[in-house]
Amino acid sequence: MKLDNDTITKIAHLARLDVDASEKEALLSDMNNILSFMEKLNELDTDGVEPLIYLSDEVNVFREDVVKGEITVKQALENAPSEDGKYFQVARVIEKP
Amino acid sequence: MREYNSLSEVQHDLQNGAITLPAIVDHYINRIKNEAHLNAFIEVFDQEARSEALKIAKKLEEGKAGRLAGMVVGLKDIICYKDHGIAVGSRILQNYKSIYSATVVERLIAEDAIIIGRTNCDEFAMGGSNENSYFGHVKNFADNSKVPGGSSGGSAVAVQAGLCLACLGTDTGGSVRQPAAFCGVVGLKPTYGRVSRHGVVAYASSFDQVGPITKSVEDAALLMEIIAGPDEYDSTASKSKVPPYFSELNNSTGKKHIAYLSETLSNGGIDAEVKSMALAAIKRLQDEGHTVEPVSFQLLDYVVPTYYIITMAEASSNLARYDGIHFGYRSKTAPTLEATYKKSRSEGFGAEVKRRIMLGTFVLSAGYYDAYYGKAQKVRRLIREKTDEILKKYDFILLPTTPTPAFGIGEKVDDPVTMYLADIFTVQASLGGFPAISLPVGNNTAGLPLGLQFIGKRFGESDLMAFSKKFMDLLEQDSVKSPAKGNIVV
Repeated sequence: MKLDNDTITKIAHLARLDVDASEKEALLSDMNNILSFMEKLNELDTDGVEPLIYLSDEVNVFREDVVKGEITVKQALENAPSEDGKYFQVARVIEKP
Repeated sequence: MREYNSLSEVQHDLQNGAITLPAIVDHYINRIKNEAHLNAFIEVFDQEARSEALKIAKKLEEGKAGRLAGMVVGLKDIICYKDHGIAVGSRILQNYKSIYSATVVERLIAEDAIIIGRTNCDEFAMGGSNENSYFGHVKNFADNSKVPGGSSGGSAVAVQAGLCLACLGTDTGGSVRQPAAFCGVVGLKPTYGRVSRHGVVAYASSFDQVGPITKSVEDAALLMEIIAGPDEYDSTASKSKVPPYFSELNNSTGKKHIAYLSETLSNGGIDAEVKSMALAAIKRLQDEGHTVEPVSFQLLDYVVPTYYIITMAEASSNLARYDGIHFGYRSKTAPTLEATYKKSRSEGFGAEVKRRIMLGTFVLSAGYYDAYYGKAQKVRRLIREKTDEILKKYDFILLPTTPTPAFGIGEKVDDPVTMYLADIFTVQASLGGFPAISLPVGNNTAGLPLGLQFIGKRFGESDLMAFSKKFMDLLEQDSVKSPAKGNIVV
């Protein structure tokens, strides 16, 4: 698999990243090198092997659903880049008709 | 102040009045200042550490102090500590303040450890050289032109240079063990699920584990005993009972069966002195009557690609939360919501993090999921099964922690694949969730530390640490007998 410029643009959008023209060439070459390195796995026969997804042996870990560890509105907004004391503020989402 | 190698030495001196806790804290704060060029700490909590020292000194007088009284600890800048900054080495969290503490931090504080500051690391724990931190690279105390390893590079240097007694780091693919090896200190990655991840910033959630970086196996065991165990805030934290690791340290009796992986020593990338260090260790153990045998592990060349596919996939998902909306950096020049996401992330993340998010997004994308991510998950099972099979016959697996000693700053930054291959000996344990420890066994002829690694059975930390202590005691005796040789002859 060789990535091209269009794929990079598409992936960048999915990842919500901007890749500017100056970075694109180096990124493309790094990603292609890394992908061809990853393709070494194709040498292995994995037919009939179940994927290993969970590392924990714990099953059905339950606890009572009690309200605790609450934080105040002030604490919740403490790290916000923009807020009005009550809500997080973001750029306009809906344009005026 | 004399240099302490374990908490028991500190507590002994505190008890007989040879030193006071405030004096210890002052000493470390001065050391951090004097060695500021190492860039090991991102922030020092000096005033707070001093006032805690007074409080705990009083508790000590009254006989009410916890088990970690006297221990001065650094936290990798990835572990939340309420009302303290945490940036995970990233611009995107530069001004972030934790609103709660990680479970491991609460447990340290409950036993009267003093937290002296937060240590530098690769951004979001992605890196093996501490060159990916927004707060600048960290220098190895043994040789300032060399990297300290990563991602817990600041933590390893802090312990190496005597800036604190111990640190908590995190290990996803070697991030505790590899810097421990490069810096000549002890680093343990616990079994996946042994230690709670609550309050630890996520990189790759099926790998991440908090682990101690210390001068002695003794302190690693003590810290593990305190931080390990079930946590109602982390459902992947095992419910199984935590053994009294510290008191079980002297339980390593009898002769062990140890496997070493032939492929690790015939690997083309292995440094000659690292190889002779491993061979010397094998011989020393055989001389003691342990069985140490070669075992073939033909999957060695596949561990690094498998590791990177899965961790990049998990990282791309975990790091989706940094969107510039609720917390973290927000670009000043974004007119729309979508531009807020894109610009905040692009300006906030560094190059390596972006590379991994891009590749992670790709391997999870429609059409490529099965070929990359699905394939890697299958190989992950093969790696775990093969390792389990070896550990059914043997107590431990022995291998060098790293193929080379610490490399030069800047040496590998332009070639990600070469940088990733430096993880070849540490990711096997990570992929299978096995515990593994890196032990400082001596220096090479250039004076750079070398690390030897043992992988244990899952939840077999007690045996692993007890055996490690026995081995380190043996090397200590050897060096007393013949000091000129150092620990292990390489």
